[in-house]
Amino acid sequence: MTLTTSRDNTRDDPRDNDIAESLAAAVTEAFENSTPIAIRGGDTKAFLGESGSAEQSLDITGHRGVVSYEPGELVITARAGTPLADIERTLADSGQALAFEPPYFGDAATLGGTIATNLAGPARPFTGAARDFVLGARIINGRGEILRFGGEVMKNVAGYDLSRLMAGAFGTLGVLLDVSLKVLPRPRAQVTQRFEQDQTAAIQNFCQLGRKPWPITASYWEDGTTYLRLAGASSSVSAAQKSLGGEMLSDDVAFWRDVREQQRPLFTDAKSLWRLSVAPATPVLDIAGTTAMDWGGALRWLAGNDDEQGIRQRISQHGGHATVYRGQASSRLHPLSHSMMAVHTRLKNALDPAGILNPGRMYADF
Amino acid sequence: MNQAASLFDPAEHAERASPPDKPTIIAALQAQLPAEMILTEAEDLRPFECDGLSAYRQVPMIAVLPATIEQVQATMRVCHAMDVPVVARGAGTGLSGGALPLDNGVLLSLAKFNRVLDIDTQNRRATVQPGVRNLAISEAVDHLDLYYAPDPSSQIACSIGGNVAENSGGVHCLKYGLTTHNILQLEIVTVDGERLTLGGASLDSPGYDLLALMTGSEGLLGVIVEVVVKLLPKPELAKVAMVAFDDVRAAGDAVAAIINAGCVPAGLEMLDSPAIIATEEFVHAGYPLDAAAILLCEVDGPAAEVEEDIERVREIVAGCGATDVRISRDATERALFWAGRKAAFPAMGRISPDYYCMDGTIPRKALADVLIGIGELSKKYGQRVANVFHAGDGNLHPLILYDANNPGELENTEAFGGAICELCLEHGGTITGEHGVGVEKIDQMCVQFPAAELTQFHAVKAAFDPRTLLNPGKAVPTLHRCAEFGAMHVHNGQVPFPELERL
Ligand SMILES: Cc1cc2nc3c(=O)[nH]c(=O)nc-3n(C[C@H](O)[C@H](O)[C@H](O)COP(=O)(O)OP(=O)(O)OC[C@H]3O[C@@H](n4cnc5c(N)ncnc54)[C@H](O)[C@@H]3O)c2cc1C
Repeated sequence: MTLTTSRDNTRDDPRDNDIAESLAAAVTEAFENSTPIAIRGGDTKAFLGESGSAEQSLDITGHRGVVSYEPGELVITARAGTPLADIERTLADSGQALAFEPPYFGDAATLGGTIATNLAGPARPFTGAARDFVLGARIINGRGEILRFGGEVMKNVAGYDLSRLMAGAFGTLGVLLDVSLKVLPRPRAQVTQRFEQDQTAAIQNFCQLGRKPWPITASYWEDGTTYLRLAGASSSVSAAQKSLGGEMLSDDVAFWRDVREQQRPLFTDAKSLWRLSVAPATPVLDIAGTTAMDWGGALRWLAGNDDEQGIRQRISQHGGHATVYRGQASSRLHPLSHSMMAVHTRLKNALDPAGILNPGRMYADF
Repeated sequence: MNQAASLFDPAEHAERASPPDKPTIIAALQAQLPAEMILTEAEDLRPFECDGLSAYRQVPMIAVLPATIEQVQATMRVCHAMDVPVVARGAGTGLSGGALPLDNGVLLSLAKFNRVLDIDTQNRRATVQPGVRNLAISEAVDHLDLYYAPDPSSQIACSIGGNVAENSGGVHCLKYGLTTHNILQLEIVTVDGERLTLGGASLDSPGYDLLALMTGSEGLLGVIVEVVVKLLPKPELAKVAMVAFDDVRAAGDAVAAIINAGCVPAGLEMLDSPAIIATEEFVHAGYPLDAAAILLCEVDGPAAEVEEDIERVREIVAGCGATDVRISRDATERALFWAGRKAAFPAMGRISPDYYCMDGTIPRKALADVLIGIGELSKKYGQRVANVFHAGDGNLHPLILYDANNPGELENTEAFGGAICELCLEHGGTITGEHGVGVEKIDQMCVQFPAAELTQFHAVKAAFDPRTLLNPGKAVPTLHRCAEFGAMHVHNGQVPFPELERL
């Protein structure tokens, strides 16, 4: 009802296909037989969370294609199996982009996996996360019903915000079919400045910068160097570049891509890698290992430490949480408190009463 | 006018086992809370009988005004144990009857939760109690050159708790987002009195995004008792262009053209001719009285960028047939241009005894068509309408002018409002962009959502509140209600909910 099927500005691809009905039939059957299923997109983010207990898998990559895109509306609607690269290319042709800079972690990355994991790149603190851009979604719930929540408009408070809830739910609350996302114009100009400073100074710097309206769209620190990306109108970017100083980075597009895709040596060399999410002003963490900071200090990457208990304890004291990206851990996502787990299982049950959608993919309990 | 009787389908609550009588409930509450926090007499309860949608009134059985989280928990435990429904209330400015009390329920006012608890400059966040007024947050951090971005037009009065419950927007949410984009953490009390923390100090938290689910849930999933909001640095410069058009269609097209050109204004508002005339007479903001529509387009950010963008806006609107463009020269003039917009609601109150503020969102490209459609409906229903709204978001607020003293006029107004909702849906929109469903749009929910979606909503509700004690009868209609509504209301020739037996 709220999704149009206009195909203006979208490229036709012979592989585009709407297989929602057959996916729903498969889920209905799984529901009736209580057969757990693993929802599979491009399989680029399998390392996140747990592997899950389902043996049968539901391949959604056949459900692909841009359903509607009108740049003037700042909205794109696409099927979950659409390669992320196709979506970004379609947007770029009209001078627009997904402002949360989703990491790919592989060429096969799909829109569905991007939303299901709610991953965002360096722009996150400045523009928002994947969840912030979700306007609506068509899903299959655990009973095999096709449901539509939200829409293609900027503001919509009719009914609970179940489409946004799908972001970061790892497919445990529904199979994503189509997602409508808000998109934004690409900045007209961009430049990155680097500064030599230690981690304490960098944290202080990030906090101070955050309190002033600088046109900053990424801030990263690694190995004694802070990187600030300035973006916007060329006039304001060059004005900020002058006042902030520092040394200009030559190939900054590649640099930020490497940060986003974890291609910097800190990431590629690490045998164990933890993602620590904290309040940005959190001081240097007293945890062994090599650290990098993204998101103006709100994201700390930790390489070379596999002491799960120690890390979790320390990070909890700071009010943050820790996710393992590489290495061993008894729970890959940060464990939930007892009462929160109870809410989660009840909510899971409300959308997937037979517990067949990606069971165990986030936590062993559901 | 008492509409509550027709609003609440008694059958919806009939299965509830008959709860204890009022004195028993009062005694149970008194055992937990100081006596002065419990109001039971008609004259004390009267102030709570309605919210901003004053056509609907109902005095609650009891009102409770707790001052601590523990007292909220105690209240919820008593009500839960006795099966008494609870309606939370912030400032009561809601426009969809969300805080309308129940005659057999407790009205839980969060008015005493009015303190800013913590301002964390380093992390750019503030911890506030739910009854704190929206504007009071920005005022509390003004000296730090920070502010809280969502700015509903009611911001001097509405509470942050109510903002979260409604996922409120404002003039600047085109660029800065809605409430859901500007909060970090919520403390809630569940229906059975348990305390939960949703979200956290970091930019994301483990597990499901319950922060998103709670935002906009209209008091149906839990009571919000503490909110951590994001603070933003004040922009270096803001300028507003006041653009006049002699044709509504040209104004609507200019909105799309601005967005198409790659500009994201901080705010992009539209007033049509009746709204311009009423506000101009009231505040003298300098709006051209002969214009068919004006746009207020605000650009903010680094100074150099603002200068560049406002000139682009000038060129774009000129190309769209603008008859006059004025750009604010300083902060005083900017405030003057906005003064008209901000006074639009009270201005309507001066030209009509009553007005009914509608709320729907449509794709921007449909703006002109829908505005013209509303004009046609206005003729059909024989009632005047003025439009003042968030054009950049496609969020319409038609104000239907009426006089409740004229017999039948309120009913006619509501029918007109319902027709506007459906017009929005026909253009790919939604029945509410920011005011919520409450009791007002409960029937239109049947038009927007099929039975399966509504059933899913009820299942989600049950995960938090299995006995539907929190704000029952609001936001999500029962299928039976929809079937009854459908019986008198056939949409596009299709009977909604054909699978349900008509009662
Ligand atoms: C003149 C005027 C202009 C307005 N302009 C705008 C606008 O620009 N944008 C906009 O979005 N809205 C606007 N509104 C609507 C209204 O101000 C908002 O919906 C506001 O968020 C309501 O806040 P409140 O504190 O008054 O809530 P109330 O009216 O008291 O309650 C609203 C809903 O929230 C629930 N609730 C309140 N507090 C809590 C809590 N602590 N925990 C759980 N549930 C709670 C209630 O049960 C109810 O369902 C306007 C209203 C008026 C009168």
